[in-house]
Amino acid sequence: MNTTMAALGQFGDAIDFIFSERESPAGGTRVGGLAELWELMREHLELSLVSMAVACAISVPLGLWLGHTGKGGFLAINASNVGRAVPSLALIAFFVAYVGVGFTNLVLALVLLAVPPILTNAYTGVRQVDRDTVDAARGMGMTGAQIVRRVELPLALPLIFGGIRISAVNVVATATIAPLAGIVTLGDPIINVNTYGDEGRLAAAIVVALLAVATEVSLAGVQRAVTPRGLKLEASPPRRRLAFPIKRREATT
Amino acid sequence: MSFPFAQLEIREDPTQSCQANNGFCPDWIADNFDRYVDPFFEHVLLTVLSVAIGFGISFALALIAYRRRWLISPVTQVTGMLYTVPSIAAFFLLLPITGRGKVTAIVALVAYVLLIIFRNVLAGLDNVPDETKDAGRGMGLTDRQLLWRVEVPLALPEIMAGLRIAVTTTVGLATLAFFAGAGGLGGQIFADITFKSNVVVAGGLAVLLAAVLDGLILLAQRAITPWTRAVAAR
Repeated sequence: MNTTMAALGQFGDAIDFIFSERESPAGGTRVGGLAELWELMREHLELSLVSMAVACAISVPLGLWLGHTGKGGFLAINASNVGRAVPSLALIAFFVAYVGVGFTNLVLALVLLAVPPILTNAYTGVRQVDRDTVDAARGMGMTGAQIVRRVELPLALPLIFGGIRISAVNVVATATIAPLAGIVTLGDPIINVNTYGDEGRLAAAIVVALLAVATEVSLAGVQRAVTPRGLKLEASPPRRRLAFPIKRREATT
Repeated sequence: MSFPFAQLEIREDPTQSCQANNGFCPDWIADNFDRYVDPFFEHVLLTVLSVAIGFGISFALALIAYRRRWLISPVTQVTGMLYTVPSIAAFFLLLPITGRGKVTAIVALVAYVLLIIFRNVLAGLDNVPDETKDAGRGMGLTDRQLLWRVEVPLALPEIMAGLRIAVTTTVGLATLAFFAGAGGLGGQIFADITFKSNVVVAGGLAVLLAAVLDGLILLAQRAITPWTRAVAAR
């Protein structure tokens, strides 16, 4: 019972930290409060958004092209396996030691982290489009570019967004250790606990967790919204002895 | 409370030019390889324990949900939520409850394994052809016999694929376990993140561990599902 109360107490202190400013345990500066956390979150989001934008700009066209031509399947499929084996901390550390600190370098590291799942899903998304559908499009006189844009891309969109979702959550999580590379994100109270105190660290952990869940939930909504109606209908007929067919939207986990 | 992950002075001899210039120093690595041995085995322990516990829980959940389909959606949503919370945040959210140490790290890591294994076990069981199940029933197998002699063996490729994803993911996440006071290779990376030799050895060991464990599971899969090879050879 006592431990439960103590635990609640620490969470209470952390929530208090989010809303009210206080003296830093290290002395001197004031920490905490909505204004400071908003500033940290803004930097966190900016870093994540820039990284995701660059990663999408690279991996979506590349995945579509590889999927359309059927080339480089081995590369596209194994990219996410290799990516998963490299710990995000090791990747950031490698960039800090060999490339240097700063916003651009960190974006580069996060892009490397974000590309593989999107690339793999974009490739798989295009490859799993029914070949008959593509043949029908070609029979209607569509050029290769038209087939990619008007047939393969719409049908692959749910999987592409599945990949973007995985990467975005991963990037938001990894941006937490960005202070190691000199960028002050929501991870700062976690890494520099001397300045912010224990309650600041717990407060940052709460905010980061909420941010990741919000990213996941909103992108899942986008994913549902971009799923073509035809694909939703196709998924609904129930299989034998299977009242709730499980949806397999992602190619990678 | 003092800073728990103080930067260690691991470049003891700054007079040596290689260390002072922050080059890639094979000599330093050879002399200091000892310092990576214990964290490496801590890392192995964290990974193996977490995946084993997570596998036990989610395999059982998947078997139950396979018969009671209404459970699939709530279990997927709860484990999905756990999977979404960044591990570094999970470690600190657990600290007030479980305290610093391996328990906190393992609880958090187990939470990540659940969704991966649950989804793969269920997908594997659902992919067993109805004809095969009917044949098993026709031979007089009970539901339980059907599950363990037909459905689970035929689901093994998907189950093992889930296990491989879980292991490589856990090796990566365990590099952050030092934040929870559980050691592992991440502590070594963090000890001097600007020193090239250190980063390469500690990070390299983590990647190597992921690759080796992944390969071991693949070998185990080949050994316990000989029929998949027979089909491929035809």
